[in-house]
Amino acid sequence: MDRLFEFMLPEAKSPTADSTDALFHFINEVSLVLLIGITFSLIYFAIKYRRKSENDETPVITHNNTLEITWSVIPLLICFVIFGWGYTGWLNLKSVPDSAYEIQVSGYKWGWNVKYDNGAQTLNEIHVPEGRPVKIVLQSSDVLHSFFVPDYRVKHDVVPGRYTYVWFEANEVGESQVFCTEYCGTGHSDMLAKVIVHTEEDFETWLEKNGGGVSGTPVEQGEQLVQLQGCITCHSEDGSDKIGPTFKGLWESEENLTDGSTVTVDENYIRESILDPAAKIVEGYNNVMTPYEGRISDEEITNIIEYLKTLK
Amino acid sequence: MATAEVSNKKTLKVQRFKPSDNPTNTYLTDEKGIWAWMTTVDHKKIGIMYLVSVAIFFAVGGALALLLRTELLTPAKTFIEADAYNQLFTLHGAIMVFFVLVPSIPAALGNFIMPMQLGAKDVAFPKLNLASFYIYVAGAIFTFIALAQNGLDTGWTFYTPYSTQSTTSVIWVTMGVFILGFSSILTGTNFITTIHKMRAPGITWGKLPLNVWALYATSIIQVLATPVLAITVLLLTMEKWLGFGIFDPAIGGDPVLFQHFFWFYSHPAVYIMIVPGFGIISEVISTFSKKTVFGYWAIALSSLAIAFIGFLVWGHHMFTSGQSAVATTVFSFLTFLVGIPTGIKIFNWIATLYKGSIKMDTPMIYVFIFLFLFSIGGFTGIMLGALSVDIHLHDTYYVVAHFHYVMMGGTLIALLAGLHFWWPKMTGKLYNERLAKIASVFIFVGFNVTFLPQFVMGAQGMPRRYYNYVDQFTAFHQTSTIGSYLLGVGFLIILYYLMHSLFKGAKSPANPWGSRGLEWQATSPPDFHNFDHTPVVINGPYDYHKPMEEFQLGLAVDQNGHDPESTKQIVDEERDSWKNYSLG
Amino acid sequence: MSKHSQAHPAHLQHHFVDSDQQFDAAKMGMWVFIVNEILFFGGLFCAYIVFRAWYPDLFTQAATELNTVWGAINTLVLIGSSLTVAMAIRSAQKNQTKGLKINLLITIALACVFLLIKYFEYSHKLHIGIWPGVENYTYEGIDHPLAHVFFSIYYVMTGIHAIHIIVGIGLMIWIYIRAKRNEFGSEYYTPVEMVGLYWHLVDVIWIFLFPLLYLIE
Repeated sequence: MDRLFEFMLPEAKSPTADSTDALFHFINEVSLVLLIGITFSLIYFAIKYRRKSENDETPVITHNNTLEITWSVIPLLICFVIFGWGYTGWLNLKSVPDSAYEIQVSGYKWGWNVKYDNGAQTLNEIHVPEGRPVKIVLQSSDVLHSFFVPDYRVKHDVVPGRYTYVWFEANEVGESQVFCTEYCGTGHSDMLAKVIVHTEEDFETWLEKNGGGVSGTPVEQGEQLVQLQGCITCHSEDGSDKIGPTFKGLWESEENLTDGSTVTVDENYIRESILDPAAKIVEGYNNVMTPYEGRISDEEITNIIEYLKTLK
Repeated sequence: MATAEVSNKKTLKVQRFKPSDNPTNTYLTDEKGIWAWMTTVDHKKIGIMYLVSVAIFFAVGGALALLLRTELLTPAKTFIEADAYNQLFTLHGAIMVFFVLVPSIPAALGNFIMPMQLGAKDVAFPKLNLASFYIYVAGAIFTFIALAQNGLDTGWTFYTPYSTQSTTSVIWVTMGVFILGFSSILTGTNFITTIHKMRAPGITWGKLPLNVWALYATSIIQVLATPVLAITVLLLTMEKWLGFGIFDPAIGGDPVLFQHFFWFYSHPAVYIMIVPGFGIISEVISTFSKKTVFGYWAIALSSLAIAFIGFLVWGHHMFTSGQSAVATTVFSFLTFLVGIPTGIKIFNWIATLYKGSIKMDTPMIYVFIFLFLFSIGGFTGIMLGALSVDIHLHDTYYVVAHFHYVMMGGTLIALLAGLHFWWPKMTGKLYNERLAKIASVFIFVGFNVTFLPQFVMGAQGMPRRYYNYVDQFTAFHQTSTIGSYLLGVGFLIILYYLMHSLFKGAKSPANPWGSRGLEWQATSPPDFHNFDHTPVVINGPYDYHKPMEEFQLGLAVDQNGHDPESTKQIVDEERDSWKNYSLG
Repeated sequence: MSKHSQAHPAHLQHHFVDSDQQFDAAKMGMWVFIVNEILFFGGLFCAYIVFRAWYPDLFTQAATELNTVWGAINTLVLIGSSLTVAMAIRSAQKNQTKGLKINLLITIALACVFLLIKYFEYSHKLHIGIWPGVENYTYEGIDHPLAHVFFSIYYVMTGIHAIHIIVGIGLMIWIYIRAKRNEFGSEYYTPVEMVGLYWHLVDVIWIFLFPLLYLIE
């Protein structure tokens, strides 16, 4: 029985999971006992009291106070226990330890931008040290998303216009899956990310190596930016067809727009397409790109343009 | 001929009216032709029209489900694109919730049977009843226009800001739902008035069939909750069309406010869906146990308790949304309270079986299936009400499995039980019992194979509304899809033998199940006016220890008992005085 | 049609036992419908309460754009029309068809005055750029980025209310036509009373709307 219940849940990789798992098992056990009781009664009564003739007489049993009170009060008490247990577990999920290491995660259609306190940035990867509480501060660039890590039993909606959070403490080196769990459109099921757990020293090393955000020449910065800003989620660099037009060969090409007109791809067109994508939509594609107005700097746009020029 | 003393010493004549097993004139023969059907104000015909519409929408919603389950056979694309998949699950949900589950039992079976259970000729407002049907049809038309345009890909829950930004035909559907809501409201208004004002002489609140209590509680929810849905979709429409700024954060609104508005209706809506099902279970289980329902008042009043508490728990759909901690705590606590009246019903029904005379005909088989599947649905609901666990399970397949167990394993199975129970009454025909039992096996097995794996994969982390999924869930999805095909086969078998019975089925006697319900004391199919006399009720509907003759009484007056003076007198008399009467 | 043991009044519908049952049923149905309408407007009031709690300054500031005088006149107009519709019911009760018809006409006239005043209010606002929704709102006179939200709420609440007034006018015209055909008297005046009840509801809703929107400066 325990093996079955263990099979139902992924291996717990954070103390945030403990209370949840214990309560999950308890409710399963109580429910199973009751379900077996109900099923057994049904089958037993159906057989034992099967109809012998159309003139069968049955006793008139309208109620039984003792029985009714018992089976109302006992389930009520069990429910109170479950409520209290769930409530305490939830309080633990909400109370972030003081020493927690904060990481900023921003959800967008369809990926996760991750920023660390030293300026490092990653896309769809959250690097964390093992054995230390981590607080993920969540925000959304567009619609509702939800940040879910099954291994840690944590989840919270990512709401545009406000900050929300989850916390966990990874207890072993390895990787854990992150899902988006609030429907957000075409790429909802592709909005996957990973929590990558390092040892404490490896994490410090990684952080230093990647600190300071993007670096190098404008073209090199642009190449990093199209990764980090999530452009490559929808635009390929090798010519293959994705949700948006490919970047390969984009520079100075002629694009046919949905309103019938044609445009040549120049600096201004790229800049407008980043800040207000709905203004011009290329024929054959949909208007689903979230505007980057307010979350990308002019310098970053310039670097991206420089990089795109190199993709022939 | 019998006589009875009433409190002011006047005597009234009561006689036995045994329903004929071979009626010549029925509601089907008295009004014939398409135009007669389309303009009928007869509650029975209106009920049949609803039944047919619900069946059609169920077929459409079911086909959508089979398509999306087929896509989920492989982790990546199987045969359709992501956008098409998103439309499939959205429309499956919207059609099943709004066009099948909410109207099905009350508008189809309730319309047909409830007035008969009250000994009335019709509902209180028959023309309003027909209007409700056409409003339902109008709502459906709007939705299908949406399908023909850009479809809908927001999920049936329309969360903002995705729904305000989506380029699909959101407004057509929200307006369709707005219109449809009025159908629900007017049906509820009609039923409340009917139950209060149209009862035959002798039917006190303590002698009401539990099916009527259930429909009464449901109607109260419909009248109080549906207007809030109307406002929600109206505001959503304005938000999208004009940019009101109430729900979209980009223009000053709050997306969590939308969720509060939406679930304030949609949680009571699930009680609109299940409570009528509870009513059917009481009727069938007592008939096929030949025994009175255990704990009549507990079952009657628990429906009202569920209706009341059900308005206070909507936030349990929003534990991860960012609503306040106080709200979260209160909603979780109240959610456990609403489970208790439901549990009481289950125990009472099982106690009804004790020392009964049980016959496992098809309606009873579906009752047993209901008790098993709905219990699982209920327990998993308790699981989701627990805060810490819900954080993990919210928006995963665990939730999908839970609500299919309660809505399909609950409401739909109860609908099948009621359909098979009242089929002879409505059509005058008997269906093939062996095929019916075979179909029930397909339904039971298919259902569990489809949805049991979903609990497991949900707990393992598989999110819902996912077009692609990670490899570890493949076996679960494939099993689930196979189950869905079995379910499809089961429903096709049901469709086959029910249609077959209409044309080639054996004729049914008036009361094939030996039930004590008042509707069974009329012919099958019933007369145009339901009864050819004013019924007089001296026993409760579950008094199986009393002989059938005592349930077949009526006023000895001319056709239809349309004798205002004497009938008014009875309606005004103290009804308990009938206890002392005897048949001459 | 089935045989009847006694003749019955023309207004008695066949599924009812007698006039009293029919009248009782109509009254109950109408009250249930009114409860439903209260929930309907209740949803709108909820939106109002939430946004006013979040942005109290916006509300007090924006409310200055609403003309309190015209609002007050409209309130008196509606209260007056509730009085006349009650008098119409009384006339019907006392078999005074002429009184019934006159009172109905006055009620309809007052309702039209209400709508006329609303028309002036709306057209003035549209003229200065106060449109519902952020898409078309261009008025600069309120120093708050969410001014369009207040007016969206204003338009939807008063607009839905106005639609109910229009429906009420339609119902009263229908009752007037039936009154002209001498269908109502002391024996039977149910439809008059039901429409009157609906009209009182519409009046009561305005009595909540007026202070909440106009008087919160």
